[in-house]
Amino acid sequence: MTTKKDKVVELEEAVVRFAGDSGDGMQLTGNLFSDSTAFAGNDFATFPDFPSEIRAPQGTVSGVSGFQIHFGHKNIHTTGDLADVLVAMNPASLKANLKWIKKDAIIIVDIDAFTEKNLTKAGWESNPLEDNTLTGHLVIQAPLSNMTRESVKDLDLDNKSALKSKNMFALGIIFYLFNRDYKKTFSFFETKFKKNPIVVEANKKVLEAGYNYAETLEAFTNTYRIEKASLTKGRYRNVTGNLATAWGLLAASERSGRHIYLGSYPITPATDILQELAKHKQFNCVTQQAEDEIAGVVSTIGGSFAGALAITSTSGPGLSLKSEAIGLAVMTELPMVIVDVQRGGPSTGLPTKSEQSDLMQALYGRNGEAPAIVMAATSATDAFYTAYEAAKLAMEHMTPVILLTDGSIGNGSEVFKIPHVADLPSINPPLAKANDPDYKPYKRDADKLSRLWAIPGTPGLRHRLGGLEKEDITGNVSQDPLNHQKMTDLRQEKVMRVANYIPELKVEGDEEGDVLVVGWGSTHGVLITAVEEMRAEGKSISLAQFKHIMPLPKNVHEVFSKFKKIIVCEINMGQFVNYLRMTHPEFKYEQYNKVQGLPFMVSELKTKFDTLLNA
Amino acid sequence: MEQKIEPQELALTKKDFESDQMVKWCPGCGDHAILKSVENVFPLVGQQMGYKKEEFVVVSGIGCSSRFPYYMNTYGIHGIHGRAAALAMGIKLTNPKLSVWMISGDGDSMAIGGNHFIHIARRNPDINYLMFNNKIYGLTKGQYSPTTPKGQKTKTSPQGTFETPFNPGELAIGARGKFFARVVDTNPKLMQKVFLEAALHHGASIVEILQNCVIFNNKIHALITGRETKFDNQIILEAGKPMLFGKEHEKGLVLEGTRLKVVKLGENGITEKDILVHDPTTEDAGIHMMLASMAPPEFPAALGVIRSVKSETLEDAIWNSVEHEKQVSPYKNVDDLLNSGNTWEID
Repeated sequence: MTTKKDKVVELEEAVVRFAGDSGDGMQLTGNLFSDSTAFAGNDFATFPDFPSEIRAPQGTVSGVSGFQIHFGHKNIHTTGDLADVLVAMNPASLKANLKWIKKDAIIIVDIDAFTEKNLTKAGWESNPLEDNTLTGHLVIQAPLSNMTRESVKDLDLDNKSALKSKNMFALGIIFYLFNRDYKKTFSFFETKFKKNPIVVEANKKVLEAGYNYAETLEAFTNTYRIEKASLTKGRYRNVTGNLATAWGLLAASERSGRHIYLGSYPITPATDILQELAKHKQFNCVTQQAEDEIAGVVSTIGGSFAGALAITSTSGPGLSLKSEAIGLAVMTELPMVIVDVQRGGPSTGLPTKSEQSDLMQALYGRNGEAPAIVMAATSATDAFYTAYEAAKLAMEHMTPVILLTDGSIGNGSEVFKIPHVADLPSINPPLAKANDPDYKPYKRDADKLSRLWAIPGTPGLRHRLGGLEKEDITGNVSQDPLNHQKMTDLRQEKVMRVANYIPELKVEGDEEGDVLVVGWGSTHGVLITAVEEMRAEGKSISLAQFKHIMPLPKNVHEVFSKFKKIIVCEINMGQFVNYLRMTHPEFKYEQYNKVQGLPFMVSELKTKFDTLLNA
Repeated sequence: MEQKIEPQELALTKKDFESDQMVKWCPGCGDHAILKSVENVFPLVGQQMGYKKEEFVVVSGIGCSSRFPYYMNTYGIHGIHGRAAALAMGIKLTNPKLSVWMISGDGDSMAIGGNHFIHIARRNPDINYLMFNNKIYGLTKGQYSPTTPKGQKTKTSPQGTFETPFNPGELAIGARGKFFARVVDTNPKLMQKVFLEAALHHGASIVEILQNCVIFNNKIHALITGRETKFDNQIILEAGKPMLFGKEHEKGLVLEGTRLKVVKLGENGITEKDILVHDPTTEDAGIHMMLASMAPPEFPAALGVIRSVKSETLEDAIWNSVEHEKQVSPYKNVDDLLNSGNTWEID
């Protein structure tokens, strides 16, 4: 049989979803496809969707691990609503993912895994490949397991080891479908499995076999190609939000000349930040895996007192444990960055799913009047810049900063234009000078109201800090009623004045109109996609996405007042909208909320916004 | 022009560490004597170890003892309840050149901060940890602590406590601590000697101070510290010396089977040669653990340095790793890191 090339169709964008058992290597498969997408010059965003169990019972729906990638010729802001192509390695992953694919999506299944036993485990009453469940789909029933075994039969591998590379057979098929050069992936195997040449060989053979299988199959009527994205000139890479956060902090350390002290306790989905920073001791980056969340944050306050760029990273339950200590940082007016990679709550909640429900905790979750800066990253790549800014504001204003990201951007990845560290804004911590005769612990900068950072070891600046209320200027312990009022006011005012040092709120779209969509943090991608699509349909709708929450930008009133209706969308039950009702009660707010462990879909947002426009 | 002499060029004295703040502990509280001893020791530590006065940091948690940093003229930070160990660790890891002193009590260290206590012991940062043990909650006015003897009546145990107390020495050594010492607040000479040894020990040095709370638990250590009773109820251990005690050093400790035993010199043919010689430096903690556990009336309470074993400190391990990574890392700056791995150019 002669191989033939199927007809190549040009697409604007596509969404591919890989799904299998949590031991099937779907995250790796997804990441390799992302790398290949990068080489192809497309813009893309990815999102892993996995259970909190490391190996949930094999073959069950609860054990399904997924990876979605949205890539295209235009700018990609979301990880995609519904998939165009689904790879399902077993009946359970087909069952778990049918609701996330388009009506005419291509489905590739491992037919060898569709046994009676696996169908029962997955809860299928009849075989979906044989009834009309998949009507409308192009279903490729590939004997993935058998062909994988066949392709490595010349190698000295037992059955179990041989089957480990079946994910590469699936990847080979997808590479063919999207006209990718599979050989570019070989170098990855050579690095990753350097110590095990047989495994390198096996993966190469299986990937190639998958590609060739798809080419000879004649099952696809078309293959697809997506033109290079029109990205601006420069060097690019792929980053997850957690990686970008860690790197933004490293950049801030380099620019400020303050080495990092990070005290953290492992917690999903924030652990990557600790793991990444632990790798970079060469930058004088000291990391300590603490005995608990409290020791993590408290040792960070110690690090800050001793002059480090002090950081602790956590997720919602950990932020709860840290709240007393954050109060100590507020009282001692020591700089630190608390990164909260939010997840579904309350309590243990949905550890691997994303939510924006820690906002009120970040703003108010401490005893006493304890203001701190609160900011939120708007995308995986923006996490780099927001983390950098969080470190800058913390040190320059001598205050804790809570940086909110979440599971969706922490684990999600995007194409990142690599910046030059020298091009980032400078960071100038207010260090007290040795033997300054005028040094007083609570003497303040006239504009920022920040106090000086007097670091132990510096001659002539010995002083005591602590959780007890201090006298203005001198820093002596004080119970004086009017002093407490004054210090409370000063701590609040210091944080409010940060508004003079942050950018104003920007409107995406027209600066006036019928509807202003308001979001904060990680929802930017999906909100702007919905708004842009509706604007292309001629509708009067714009977006204002908040990144600075405490304090808010100064021009909120001005921005809001130019729209007839305001709708605040968030992945919680309305925490930001209630904050706005408190800070800007002069406006009427509509709200759209969802807490299903899932991101917004463009389609549901458009429906909601249309209703509002037509009301 | 007048020559200006930098203050630190002069030898440090007690005065250099005295604060101008009013000390607000109760009259008669054991804390006063401890404060004086620490003020006396810091100049010696400075002299012997080369620390300047601005290189001392005093850290505390919450409780009566934890007001300590406010009463010393050093860099200081008064933290939150139970967490001083974490605070001290963050300081020491950030700047290993500082002499870090941590002040805590039995509630702060054994109850709310119990977790941090065991972890600082095992991690071994070079921190001098002074734990004031008065076996009661003083600042909250008289509730039992994890070291209160079983059965003692307090405000929260009107029928007597039902709980077995911790012995801090057992906990420190059990957590693989390398240095444990015990002193009494009535013996300033011993306090200064032991505090200095704690400072000289390169690692986490945990010192339990049997301290009297004159208001809520007065005379709790009276048997061990009393003018008359102390001779039979305390033994001051010295490295390389036989473990003798009693008014005339007429009693001693021997090992019988797997247990310690009190013997009298001259009785049953016992001579000084039979008495155990104290060696705080053995890695094997068996005897140290037994010494830490001793309590009247069967045994004298062990005072002095019970265990002092050399071991790499946490900050040395970390900063050595930093230096190593600087040699081997392919990344000289953050730009290198950002451009590492898979990257691609768009023209």
